[in-house]
Amino acid sequence: MEKNFTCIVCPMGCSLKVQIEDGKVVSVTGNTCPRGAKYAQTEAVAPVRTLTTTVRAGEKMVSVKSTQPLPKENLKKYMDMINSVKLETSVNVGDVIIADIDGTGIDIVATKNVDI
Amino acid sequence: MRNIDLVIIGGGPAGMSAAVSAYNSGIKDILILDREPRLGGILQQCIHNGFGLHRFKEELTGPEYSWKYEQMVNELKIPVMLGTMVLDVTEDKIITAMNEENGVFQIQAKAVVMAMGCRERSRGALNIAGMRPAGIYTAGAAQKFVNIKGYLPGKKVVILGSGDIGLIMARRMTLEGAKVITVCELMPYSGGLTRNIVQCLNDFDIPLKLSHTVVKIHGKERVEGVTIAKVDKSLKPIMETAEYIECDTLLLSCGLIPENELSKGASITLDRVTGGAVVDQRRETDKKGIFACGNVLHVHDLVDYVSEEAEIAGKGAAEYIQNDGFNKNCDIKMTLGDCVRYTVPQHITSNENDVKIYFRVSDVHKDVTVEAKDGDEVIFSRKKQRVAPGEMESILIKSDVLKNIKSGAITVGVKLNG
Ligand code: SF4
Repeated sequence: MEKNFTCIVCPMGCSLKVQIEDGKVVSVTGNTCPRGAKYAQTEAVAPVRTLTTTVRAGEKMVSVKSTQPLPKENLKKYMDMINSVKLETSVNVGDVIIADIDGTGIDIVATKNVDI
Repeated sequence: MRNIDLVIIGGGPAGMSAAVSAYNSGIKDILILDREPRLGGILQQCIHNGFGLHRFKEELTGPEYSWKYEQMVNELKIPVMLGTMVLDVTEDKIITAMNEENGVFQIQAKAVVMAMGCRERSRGALNIAGMRPAGIYTAGAAQKFVNIKGYLPGKKVVILGSGDIGLIMARRMTLEGAKVITVCELMPYSGGLTRNIVQCLNDFDIPLKLSHTVVKIHGKERVEGVTIAKVDKSLKPIMETAEYIECDTLLLSCGLIPENELSKGASITLDRVTGGAVVDQRRETDKKGIFACGNVLHVHDLVDYVSEEAEIAGKGAAEYIQNDGFNKNCDIKMTLGDCVRYTVPQHITSNENDVKIYFRVSDVHKDVTVEAKDGDEVIFSRKKQRVAPGEMESILIKSDVLKNIKSGAITVGVKLNG
């Protein structure tokens, strides 16, 4: 199987071609540098994205992020889990809002100080 | 009237970085003024990541990037007045401002750093036919609603303009449950970074229609739909291609304009292309002791570059105060060569140090050579695989090269190879 991607690692935006056999990447072409090959490896098999969103703390909004990129296909599910949280206390940068979201081993943490 | 050495107008990334830099250069009597209730400027609503890769070698969200600078400002105990609107700045550096606590008040500064940032091109400037129903927002206003106020301004969205904020909001509103139907871009290329097209549009199957624009907005009370059409080479809509799209919200992401009302009040000369002040390598405007940096000077694509530029302005302001002016030993004009829209700085008034020249190109080109010339003589040359209007470029001119400029001007241009 062949898949095409645009590399998003740097502004060059190289067009990558990836050959996949039995769920394994056998070759990457079109990349200008090794970072593109590495990106294509994950992107072809299990694409991941850092999730950034907000949760409510009292009347205010706290911005949050996933500490590592999460599986792309489940972003909506994580959004629902995050949106069901309502905080009643003040928050500092780095505070864990949801630990180990959906058993991924990845935390959702605050990216802003919010006093309520 | 209060006397303060250095007044910084704007407490966003530019203002904070300028303040820290001036402090570290030896000026302690500083005041930052900002109209918002907290420091950080636009970064507070830019909750996505991708900030700080150059400056902090890690990928931060906007609020985290801001927090790094807020901590520096706090640690140095640099005074900040929030919720304070600056009404006027004069050539003589008298600042008139107001807030709830003090009413209207004036400050005499020895030096001023302008760091007011930019605003979005609004609908009025775009002249789309139709009524003025509710449901039309700039992408940045929608970003504030969702990320700061916590509510979704619409459920079925069309976005006009493919600037980065528009792309970011396409993803953000989709994640929050809205349906983003399409993004229309007038130009044949996107105004945003490729990585944002991939992560914000392709990831969610949102189509990007290049060479398309909105020709009509439908609805009286609330947006009910828009008519979009393809445009020809001269950017005129081709009405035969018109197509109606039902939606309740139109977001505009059509570019940013430096917020220079205060600069105009101080009679500072502005550059017609950047919309910001004309400055020298210290970021001093043509009014002595008034400096400008960040998006008020020219619109940046990366906050990392804003911080870098503000450091130069902060250091310049500190030197100005300490030496009661500058020793300007030359005046080299920067002129625009092929494919270059503007440079910052626009002129160089000292050849004692190396000077980094930032510039933007007018078109997307592959396989080029960036060249700086003194008359016909090439004084700098570097190959680049790709240049694009959305990505700021820079070149460094060495002090010994500056000392030998014969024509009184340096021309920066882009030569197409092959
Ligand atoms: S392959 Fe390398 S050069 Fe090309 S876009 Fe990816 S990181 Fe950039």
